[in-house]
Amino acid sequence: MIWTKKDLLGLEYLTAEEIGLILETAESFKEVSTREIKKVPALRGKTAVNLFYEPSTRTRVSFEVAAKRLSADVINISTETSSVRKGETLIDTGKNIQALKADIIIMRHNCSGAANMLAGALDISVVNAGDGWHEHPTQALLDIFTLKEKLGKIKGLNVAIVGDIAHSRVARSNIWGLTKLGANVTVCAPEMLLPVEIEKTGAKTSSNIDEVLKNTDAINVLRMQFERDEGTAFPEQLDYYKKFGITEERLARAKKDIIIMHPGPINRGIEISSEVADGKNSVILEQVTNGIAVRMAVLFLVSQAREARI
Amino acid sequence: MSILIKGGRVVDPVNKIDAVLDILIENNKIARVANDIKTQADSIIDAAGKIVGPGIVDMHVHLRQPGREDKETVSTATAAAAKGGVTTVLAMPNTSPPMDCAENIKLLKGIISKDAKINVLVCGSITKGRLGKELSPAAILKKNGACALSDDGCSVDDSELMLDAFKKARQAGILTICHCEDKKISGKGVINLGFNSTRLGLRGISNESEYKRVARDIELAQKAGAAVHIAHVSCRQSVEIIAKAKKKGMKLTCETAPHYFSLTEDALLGYDTSMKMNPPLRSPEDLAAIKQGLRDGTIDAIASDHAPHTDNEKDIEFERAEFGVVGLETELAVSITELIDAKLIDWSSLFKKLSCNPSRILGIDKGSLGQGMPADIVVISAGKEWPVRKNELISKSKNSAFLGRTLKGTVDYTICNGKLVYQK
Repeated sequence: MIWTKKDLLGLEYLTAEEIGLILETAESFKEVSTREIKKVPALRGKTAVNLFYEPSTRTRVSFEVAAKRLSADVINISTETSSVRKGETLIDTGKNIQALKADIIIMRHNCSGAANMLAGALDISVVNAGDGWHEHPTQALLDIFTLKEKLGKIKGLNVAIVGDIAHSRVARSNIWGLTKLGANVTVCAPEMLLPVEIEKTGAKTSSNIDEVLKNTDAINVLRMQFERDEGTAFPEQLDYYKKFGITEERLARAKKDIIIMHPGPINRGIEISSEVADGKNSVILEQVTNGIAVRMAVLFLVSQAREARI
Repeated sequence: MSILIKGGRVVDPVNKIDAVLDILIENNKIARVANDIKTQADSIIDAAGKIVGPGIVDMHVHLRQPGREDKETVSTATAAAAKGGVTTVLAMPNTSPPMDCAENIKLLKGIISKDAKINVLVCGSITKGRLGKELSPAAILKKNGACALSDDGCSVDDSELMLDAFKKARQAGILTICHCEDKKISGKGVINLGFNSTRLGLRGISNESEYKRVARDIELAQKAGAAVHIAHVSCRQSVEIIAKAKKKGMKLTCETAPHYFSLTEDALLGYDTSMKMNPPLRSPEDLAAIKQGLRDGTIDAIASDHAPHTDNEKDIEFERAEFGVVGLETELAVSITELIDAKLIDWSSLFKKLSCNPSRILGIDKGSLGQGMPADIVVISAGKEWPVRKNELISKSKNSAFLGRTLKGTVDYTICNGKLVYQK
């Protein structure tokens, strides 16, 4: 299996084998972060640009750490201070970065499809760090990596994703990745937060978290973005916690060794209780650690593919 | 100046002609349609093996002038129209300024008389500024040459105002064309609501936002006793509602656009902004209903909804890009490819949808090859394939949904008012 794509845009576009290759590569990179000198020369002399159109700390920093551990040079462009403010188009910004002879653009954007568009316009690599409601492939990859590490496999696992599925790129990427690898995925949310025809991805839907929890090996708890301006389509915060919040009481009826994941940042007492977030089933901080290995793997693979083309 | 079109297959549904005949044009009018005309003409067009029909009457075109001459002008749009076999267009009123008063219509008419290469009819707006608040003066607009009224791009949300609009239009004897969309339902949607909007992470536009408004406008028009024409029908339920109303004997007509019977929402999977239009490309089920509606006569007309936008407005993030596609240069070929070639309808039926019916709906003396009619004629090589290439489009904007596709049917000659306005 050889990786051939210059970009990583979403898990919908990958085969199970390609996802498997990223996970394998990540496994071998994970050890680097445990060394005394946490660096390998895999991307020495390469330049990665973090182009973030949306505020993000954890994803941006995770990519930056990953790139640096591969010995790449990293430049952070904040759209608050760049010429984007002066009305430059996304494609022009991308072409300018390409003209600087950068090798990889890591982009976060609030518009779905922005990474697809940029990747189509450039020869250099584009890694999607989250676009609108569309995909957040490296988040799903690190979720899947963590699950596999904990449970030894993905095939046949029952995985639930709970929260605002309709507006979640994390949910979409997880659904594609997990179903491709043979997991049984159930998305759980109030009906108004389930996107239309989501079942066509292969995921099941439910609005009853207690029912779902009965037979679930792992649950991915999404952040509820109550600040989102979507008018009336949002439940009351307290009501949501009562019906969908992941609490110890609720978990008492679940499998004893259920895995609790969360992409962060956590809203304690809104979608998850502090006890659960910090409890023995939670792998939330391990996800953060694994995120580095997964992102190292992605940056490494897209670079190789790009160079193989030249 | 006389032109003799020799030996083509003349298709003229109005006069129930479909036969190999000659057409003689004299003094800008059709002088004779007969077998083997032996007359000395100033020029002769050899139409052997070609289809000869009435020029296309496209009742839904955005010329963008006045106001957005960077997108399109009367001059560039009518040249593109001539290339597409179109001899008459109805110019939608969402210009800047909009066609909501006599002065603005006069302004546009001045430009048309100077720059237009084919017939251009003007559509006035239903409400002032197309804001849906206050009615434009229907009778005055008509007196100044408006031949229909529409707030195209918007629907009049206020049902009482819309009822009043239909009443005033009836009194003025003018047709109302309805853009049917309930924006309370479609909201900030950018593509069809369904699995594709879910997987792409884009806001959806439901069929409901269209067909509920179709039902309302038909009901209001009926109440007012006014003529109504539904623009750009895109979904199954709209076709069903219109079919039902027609069966009941209500006086209404409708159109669809070539992209609704040739493309589905799957064209959006790569976030291609040249596939972004409103109403959006729908599901295969909707497309089948549109085709069936064309076949059984529920859908009267095909119109391009030619909506030019610059590259700057399209080569950006999908949800920020403008809605709309150009269509004047491809509507005939898409119709031939999808309807004639696929044996869905015959030539006579196609010319009805593209020319005769729009003429009848607008109440204009076009769409026929009868003796004494203005000579608006298109000569087509029906079997000839051609690739749609961006640099070969002559419209000022190149936002075609068919770039890269190979279509069947080339326009070889377009004659408008007896003059050759396009030759391949």
